Order: sequence, then C-alpha cells, then structure tokens
Amino acid sequence: MISTARDNSLETFVLNLGPQHPATHGVLRVKLVMDGEYVVQAEPVLGYIHRMHEKMGENRTWAQFLPNTGRMDYLGALSFNLGYVAAVERAAGIEVPERAEYLRVITTELNRISSHLLWFGAFVLDLGGFTPLLYAFDDREIILDLLESVTGSRLTYCYFRFGGLYNDIDDAFVPGTREFIKRLRGRMPMYHDLVTKNIILMKRLIDVGPISREMVRKYGATGPVARGSGIDFDVRKHEPYSVYPEFDFDIPVYPECDSMARYMVRMDEIEQSMRIIEQGLDKLPDGPIMAAKAPKIVKPPKGDYYHAVETPRGSFGVRVVSDATNTPYRMKLRSPTFSNLSLFGEACEGMLLPDALALMGSLDLVIPEIDR
Amino acid sequence: MNPLSEPIRLVIALTVIIGFAALNAAYLVWLERKGAGHIQRRIGPKEVGPYGLLQPLVDGIKLMTKQLFVPCEADPILFKVAPLLVLVPAIMSFVTIPFSETLVARDINIGLLMIFAFASVNVLGVLLGGWGSANKYAVIAAARSVSQNVAYEIPMLITVISLVMAVNTLNLNEIVRGQEGWFFHWHIFRLDISLLMPVSFLIFFTCSLAETNRAPFDMAEAESELIAGAYTEYPGMGFGVFFMGEYANIVIGCALSVLLFLGGWQSPIPWAPAGILGSLWGVFWFLIKLYALIWTVIWIRWTYPRTQFYNLLNLSWKYLIPISLFNLILTGLQIKIVPWL
Repeated sequence: MISTARDNSLETFVLNLGPQHPATHGVLRVKLVMDGEYVVQAEPVLGYIHRMHEKMGENRTWAQFLPNTGRMDYLGALSFNLGYVAAVERAAGIEVPERAEYLRVITTELNRISSHLLWFGAFVLDLGGFTPLLYAFDDREIILDLLESVTGSRLTYCYFRFGGLYNDIDDAFVPGTREFIKRLRGRMPMYHDLVTKNIILMKRLIDVGPISREMVRKYGATGPVARGSGIDFDVRKHEPYSVYPEFDFDIPVYPECDSMARYMVRMDEIEQSMRIIEQGLDKLPDGPIMAAKAPKIVKPPKGDYYHAVETPRGSFGVRVVSDATNTPYRMKLRSPTFSNLSLFGEACEGMLLPDALALMGSLDLVIPEIDR
Repeated sequence: MNPLSEPIRLVIALTVIIGFAALNAAYLVWLERKGAGHIQRRIGPKEVGPYGLLQPLVDGIKLMTKQLFVPCEADPILFKVAPLLVLVPAIMSFVTIPFSETLVARDINIGLLMIFAFASVNVLGVLLGGWGSANKYAVIAAARSVSQNVAYEIPMLITVISLVMAVNTLNLNEIVRGQEGWFFHWHIFRLDISLLMPVSFLIFFTCSLAETNRAPFDMAEAESELIAGAYTEYPGMGFGVFFMGEYANIVIGCALSVLLFLGGWQSPIPWAPAGILGSLWGVFWFLIKLYALIWTVIWIRWTYPRTQFYNLLNLSWKYLIPISLFNLILTGLQIKIVPWL
C-alpha cells in the first residue's frame, strides 16, 4: 500500500459509490472523499433495503417470523434459520431429536460451502476475473439441487422448525452429498491453481487491506474477517451449540491481517465444512425428525434469551424477550456483516480505490443482512 | 493507363478496409462472447441465427436505435468527437497493413511509422471522452488510460526500433519479405539478429495488450471499479463506436505482432502457389496467425484478473523499459559483431 500524507482539502472530491455500483453487490452506498484515486474518508450509508425485520418479529407469532430469517442473509439462510430456531428452542425448553440436529448441521454446512463458493466467485469478479464465478456456480448448483430436494427451496430456505425439521431427507440425498464432496475435493486444487496461485491475484491481495486485531475488537467483527486477523474465534467451537461438539474439525486462523488471509480462511473453511458433512453422514442416526413434545403454538416462558450461531459471515446472535404470549415482546438480531462493514471506513483510509474495493469484497457483504 | 485507375483502386481498397474493420469489430464481439462461453463452460449467444451468428447485427440495431443522449453537464462537442477519435485512426492504420504481398491498400515506405502515429491518437479519444462526460468515474478512467499509454508506448517503440535497426526498413511489406522461407526465418526465431528476440515479441505483445486497454490491463474500463470507465456516460452508438474502435485496435495490435515477428503473410514452409492463388495463400496464412493471436488476447482476458494500477506502471517502468533498452543495445552490438565474426 502506498500512503498519502498530503492534506490539501481543496483537491478532494466526493465520489458516490453506489447504491448502484457493480462492486457493492446490492444497494450499499459508500460516500467516498477522494484525493485523486486515493480514499481519504469512507462512510457507508445504509438503509436502502431496510425492511424492519425486528419490528415484524414483534408483531407476529413466533413461528410466523421463521421465513423472515431466510430473507436477511439470503446466501446463508440456513444458518439464520438455525440461529432463530435455536434461540426459541432455548427459550421454550424444547429438546430436539438427534437425527434432526445432525441434519441441521449437515444442511447448514452445505449452505456454508455454497455461500463461500459464491463469495469466491464474486470476489474474483470484483478483482476483474470473470471465469472463476461460473466455475464456482457450477459447483454451487449441485448444492442448491441437493438442498432443494430436502428443503423445497433453492435460496431463501425455511427448513427448520421449533423442535425439529420440516422434512426428512430422501434416499438420494446421502449418496448425492457424498458424490458432491468427492467432486468438490477434486476441484479445490483447481481453484487454488487457477486463482490462489495466480500472480496478479497474489499481488492484489497480499499485504493489501490490513485489518488489525485492535480494529476487529473495536468494531466487533467476527467470522472470517476476525479469523483472517489472527483472532481464533468461532461460535461453533467456543460456544458450541447443536451437535457441533461431536465433530472433529479445525478453525482456520491466519494472522496476516490482509485480504489474502481472509481469502484463505474462507477457502480452508470450505475444506473443514466438507469434513463436518462427511462425519455427519457417517454418524447420521435414525429416529424422528421432530420432537414428540413440541408444542403446536410456542409460548416461551417469561424471560430474556440469547443464542448465537456461526454463519458463513460471522456470529449471528438472536436475543428474544418473551412475555409468555404468542408473540415476542422484543427481538434483537445481531447480524455479523453490520459489524464487519463498520470497520470499512477506518480500514480503507489512504488506500487506492481498487484496493479499497478489494478490501470491501474480502469482507463478504450481504446487504439485506446489514439493513435487515 | 487510365488516370482514374489509381483513385478508383484506392476508393475500393478503403471501402473494403472499412468493411473489414467493421465486420471484425462486430464478429470479434461474437467470438469473444462465444469464446468466453466456451472457457466458462456455458454456451454463449445462441438464440439469434445459427450459433448466434446474427447476434452482432441485432446488437447493432439495438445500439443504433437508442437515443444519443448527451448529459447536460458534458461538453457536447468533445463528447461526440471522442468516439470517432478512437475509431477513425484505427481504421486509418489498416491502410498500410499488407494482407498478402500484393493485397495492400497503400504500400508506403513509412507504413510502420504511420501506424504508430495513428495509434497514439487512440488515447486522445479515451481522454477526451472521459473528460467530456463530466463524470467522476470517467475522469479517473481517462487519467488512468493516459498514464498507462505513456508508460507502455515507450517499451513498445524501443522494441520496434531494435527490430527496425536490423531490418533497415519501415515498409511493412519489406519487413515481411525479409522473413521468407521456413518458419524459423520469422523474426521471433531469429536469434542471430538479437538473442532476446522471443522476449521482445512478448514485450511487444504485452504492450499492445496494454495499449488497447485489454485485460489484464483494462484500467480505462475497469467495470468492477469504475462502472464502465471512460464510457460510463455513453449511450447507444456512442458506446458502440468506442467498442468498434477498441476491437479494431486489437486487430491492429495483433496484425502488427504478426507482421513484425511472426512472418506476416509468409507460410511456415517455403512454398506458395503461383499467381492469384499465391496471393490468397498469403492472405490465408496472415489471417490464421492474426486470429490465433486475437484468440490468445480473448483467452487472456477470460483467464486473468485485473492488475492493480501501480503494478501495471511498475511492470512497464521497472521491467519492460529496462529490458527493451538492454535489448536495443544487444541488437546494436549483434548487428555490428555478427557479420564481423
């Protein structure tokens, strides 16, 4: 990175990046104060896709809010499903059968792979490489087909229910998933040869867009952004939920703090998710997919409950306050990308515009989840 | 001899050239889309005509029927002139390109010089277009494209100078005639002229990629950073003309690489049919080599991500220019020493 120490405010101009811009992947607007091609100051402007999800949650029954969760982070919808369902189950004290928990983990990890694959394609697209996007979509398509056969939808899933699942898997799911894992294992070296080891890409990512540990702590960034800055934090390991403690997997952590580190974290997470899915398929128990004692109408006892899950983008926390009626009294959703984006302004100061956009791409933004 | 025969020949030749340039621009877009589809494991255009062959025609109609909207803050004259400043010099450059020994619109002695003179006008078009649109993204792109062109024209010209030192002519047809015989007589394999000949071909090819704003050096049209760069504000055919100019420039760049280094219209074996067939034989080989290079350009675009701007300038100033200067000295020494041995 080249630093600019000049401060001649007459020479600067304001550049509106978005809300319609190819690099912002949605309706994010960033107000940039530029000195030539150098970013002097960056201010993300939100609100273009705000849908009041939290308020909506407070105005409908506990179960009716479930489809909303899949519409926040549409790329990691199952993780968001899981976060909400787990919070309500904790509140209402519902025990989930083991088969349902295993299937939740398997499908959520499949969803994580598909989210990371899409991020991989879109990120390289931000850097000007078109082809990896379509290669990644090729693989992602198989995941979407698998999940469609189980959940009934391809993008905004609403698969989990309080106490279990909406649907059991069919006979083709297990062999199909195994085949997909085998295929993706074979294709990961190709991705690394084609993209990771590409000299142009390495020059654009290594030592570019540093996010220091202090910055991560200050803004509460989680997920691959934190792990790319050497902070070993993953909700799946550190506050285990569901049946994650029964799986053997690693949390990839890279201490380099640059865009390349965040890239590598996600690529390694694809490998780790594949390991989890394989173990899950091996251990998948038989049994019911719905808790026998799950109430038809959920009315959690009075209280304040919190549950966090690890989504593809970081820690997603659901805080629900119940007054023992059939609607939540208060719902607070802590979405990971909102915190991850808030460090963008500080991180990209003094950077060149293309480097700042590479940094923004490496944060893996999903705008509807920021705005909620 | 009819006094009018030369003007008539010229008019016909120039019409054919404009047709060739326009056809190439249209069908290279088709080739690019089909090629990108092939590389990305999809089909590409297929709906309009067989294999989507009529797609460029439909695109052309679409572009032409759009309103030529000039943004109210833009400079109306510059805004309208800029696309022509890209397209016209590119078409002019075709005048001296020999498609075969006899098939050349104007076989002039300074053909090579003329092409470079016109090629430098190209950047002016992008600059004025970007500046005239009064759009911040376009201005950034215009500034980028100027510093990029300045940086890459130097190694390109030094490489050409070292070649011209050896062949002693600026006439493109003469340069090609000097590469007669087996394929190892092509300049790229002539290590006796300069030991760095393959390297200078690579430098020339890289520079022509950068000069024509092609990926991985497409700084002026970095769509994920600058939306459409200098062309952001251009509607309909304004954009279409820029696009045609860009593809015509690619053809010129690749044609020059073929003429200077890959033996132009010479076949790889020292045999040619007599008479008119010999001319077609030359055209055949020229076009094969030309389209092979153009395909390489397309292939590179769909394989590599975009470089960073300072890396781009570093590549030129820190590597290409010193290497090409060294090559110039080496060629000079070799020209003096090799006959002496």
